[in-house]
Amino acid sequence: MAISSTETGPSDGSPGLGAFFRNLVIALGIMAAGIVFAVLCAVAVFSALNTVLPDIKLVQAVLVMVLGVAACFGYFWGSNRLLDMIYPPRGHRVAENINAANGIRPWLFLGPAVIILGIYLVYPVVNSIVLSFYGPSGEHWVGGANYAWLAKDAAFRESMRNNLLWLVVVPAAATFFGLIAAALTDRISWGNVAKSLIFMPMAISFVGASVIWKFIYDYRAEGSEQIGILNAVVTFFGGEPQAWITLPFWNNFFLMVILIWIQTGFAMVILSAALRGIPEETIEAAVIDGASPFQIFYKIKVPQIWGTIAVVWTTITILVLKVFDIVLAMTNGQWGSQVLANYMFDWMFRGLDFGRASTIALVIMAMVTPIMIWNIREARKDMK
Amino acid sequence: MTALDLKNIQKSYGATKVIHGIDLKIEDGEFIVFVGPSGCGKSTLLRMIAGLENISGGDMFIGGERVNDIPPSQRGIAMVFQSYALYPHMTVYDNMAFGMKIAKAPKDEIDKRVHAAAEILQLTPYLGRLPKALSGGQRQRVAIGRAIVRNPKVFLFDEPLSNLDAALRVATRIEIAKLKSSMPETTMIYVTHDQVEAMTLADRIVVLSSGHIEQVGAPIDLYEKPANLFVARFIGSPAMNIQPARVERTGDNTLISLGGRKTTVPIPSPEPLSGTRCHFGVRPEDLRIADKDDFLFEGDVHFVERLGEVTNVYLHVKDVDDAIVVKLAGVQKYAKGDRLRITAAPEKMHLFSEEGRSFLHI
Repeated sequence: MAISSTETGPSDGSPGLGAFFRNLVIALGIMAAGIVFAVLCAVAVFSALNTVLPDIKLVQAVLVMVLGVAACFGYFWGSNRLLDMIYPPRGHRVAENINAANGIRPWLFLGPAVIILGIYLVYPVVNSIVLSFYGPSGEHWVGGANYAWLAKDAAFRESMRNNLLWLVVVPAAATFFGLIAAALTDRISWGNVAKSLIFMPMAISFVGASVIWKFIYDYRAEGSEQIGILNAVVTFFGGEPQAWITLPFWNNFFLMVILIWIQTGFAMVILSAALRGIPEETIEAAVIDGASPFQIFYKIKVPQIWGTIAVVWTTITILVLKVFDIVLAMTNGQWGSQVLANYMFDWMFRGLDFGRASTIALVIMAMVTPIMIWNIREARKDMK
Repeated sequence: MTALDLKNIQKSYGATKVIHGIDLKIEDGEFIVFVGPSGCGKSTLLRMIAGLENISGGDMFIGGERVNDIPPSQRGIAMVFQSYALYPHMTVYDNMAFGMKIAKAPKDEIDKRVHAAAEILQLTPYLGRLPKALSGGQRQRVAIGRAIVRNPKVFLFDEPLSNLDAALRVATRIEIAKLKSSMPETTMIYVTHDQVEAMTLADRIVVLSSGHIEQVGAPIDLYEKPANLFVARFIGSPAMNIQPARVERTGDNTLISLGGRKTTVPIPSPEPLSGTRCHFGVRPEDLRIADKDDFLFEGDVHFVERLGEVTNVYLHVKDVDDAIVVKLAGVQKYAKGDRLRITAAPEKMHLFSEEGRSFLHI
């Protein structure tokens, strides 16, 4: 986007590739100068002050923090200043200079963030692809052996099956309950209190939530007092207590409940805002047309927020594909509850096999990417 | 037959009363326009007729049936909203068919009615489109079509033209007038703050102000014989000139003193009003330049608006606070500072009591 804007700058004398490369060189030059200068200044100030200040770790830490922020400001101020020196906004070429500077400035300000994000996001992807063709230690080329192993591995198939189960159940349930909660809480006087309560699990970490639900599913031998609420309820009605999270297949659903519990709040908040955005008059028109409250909900309201529902759904879907913490904390993949992310973690840090772990990671990435692209497109459409 | 009968209709939000007991009878096939300034309660009254607002007091009858507790869909009404309120996710066809589909009408019946309405409104080529692919005027026609398909006893329009640009507003106004004449049996109630729409469309106009009816009558009656100062000022543009005066002699003709001069107005007045203060009114378009010594006002021009077809001249008259507006035909060459004498035909003059009631309605 910004590339084309530099290319087609209205008063840029020679639009085209030449101008673009000239701008690129200038931008990179200023960026490098700015970063080097800001870092050198920060280091110099730090060492100067360090000789004077007492040798206390806390003081040093605070100093580093302050200097870090100052260096950032210094970079933005300094790089902007440099740009203005190269293209001064005065003189007889003032309009050309302002346009050229405006073409470069976004790159200067975005540059450091883009570079750092690139290092932390793009490099691991490339390295994972490379590692997936190497053996456990990442030193010996094995060709497609990791992929061949994956295709035949029973635990991988179990993880895939469970991931697909999660994929079907959790986004659907969380979006559905979120929509219901949004629709109901909009109409009652204590709706805001109810919303806060439903939203609260969002503030709990997945591991924290798992600990809470571990107590809910807790199992004590028959005859002793059940401290898990689920077994307490079951025994109250005369049933037999169960070790819920060890029941193969069904335990998947008991784990899913945790994520649904967490994500319903998210879905509710977004959908509630969308519901409020529906023009009141379309609802009144439907009332005059004779639609019942239920018909108004699913024939008038839901279709109007369909875009938002899709975004919420896919956002939760992406989250579900990466589900890890809950499974690790609850069962660690035992009793047939393994999922891809946890399986990858197993091979990485327990199996110590970089190749196989990377191969599993790529499978997860391949599943997430298309949904992610669609999700971003849809969200952009909604913003328009 | 009476299509709509409002008996002492009231509306209050908590302790705040917004509609103070409206009594109104609307006959079958009438085109009624509710007009009034913002916040006068005209839209609230319309929404009460539609059933979108609860009725706090009084009784409402549609076609002889008390509808206070009947839901909107069963009142035999259809409403056209200011923002059109089309269902954005449905095609033009589905928008118009929605009500009948909800009512589980047979498919071929729905098809027939939708196509008939589309034919009237020239929407047939657009039946498969979504509202977002239509222009503002077409959307408005779909909203009207949706109302026609419901085949209502009473049509309700809530400022249907205010979202259209000026040229389209005039065209759509004429469309609505044509639509009404093609459906002489149907009663229409139309809310607007635009007096041109009110004057051109209405059989009868209901002028509302702060929750009261000020006057009900045919457009020309309201223009010629406003019942009170509010209606006199509200109908007509520029607004009627109102000046304080004093009743000198009552009788079949009333003698008043106005700015030190005495004028006879051919309006009868009862004896008790003798010697009281009153308001003298005359419309800008009824004033003309006096060619004799007999004049109503003498003043200095301090502002001139030339609109081509007419010229509005604002006069400063001695001892009078507000400027007197004179609307003269064609382009006039008066300039600031010119001294003018103006007068009006006696039968075009209006008299109002001190409380603002017209002498004709006392």
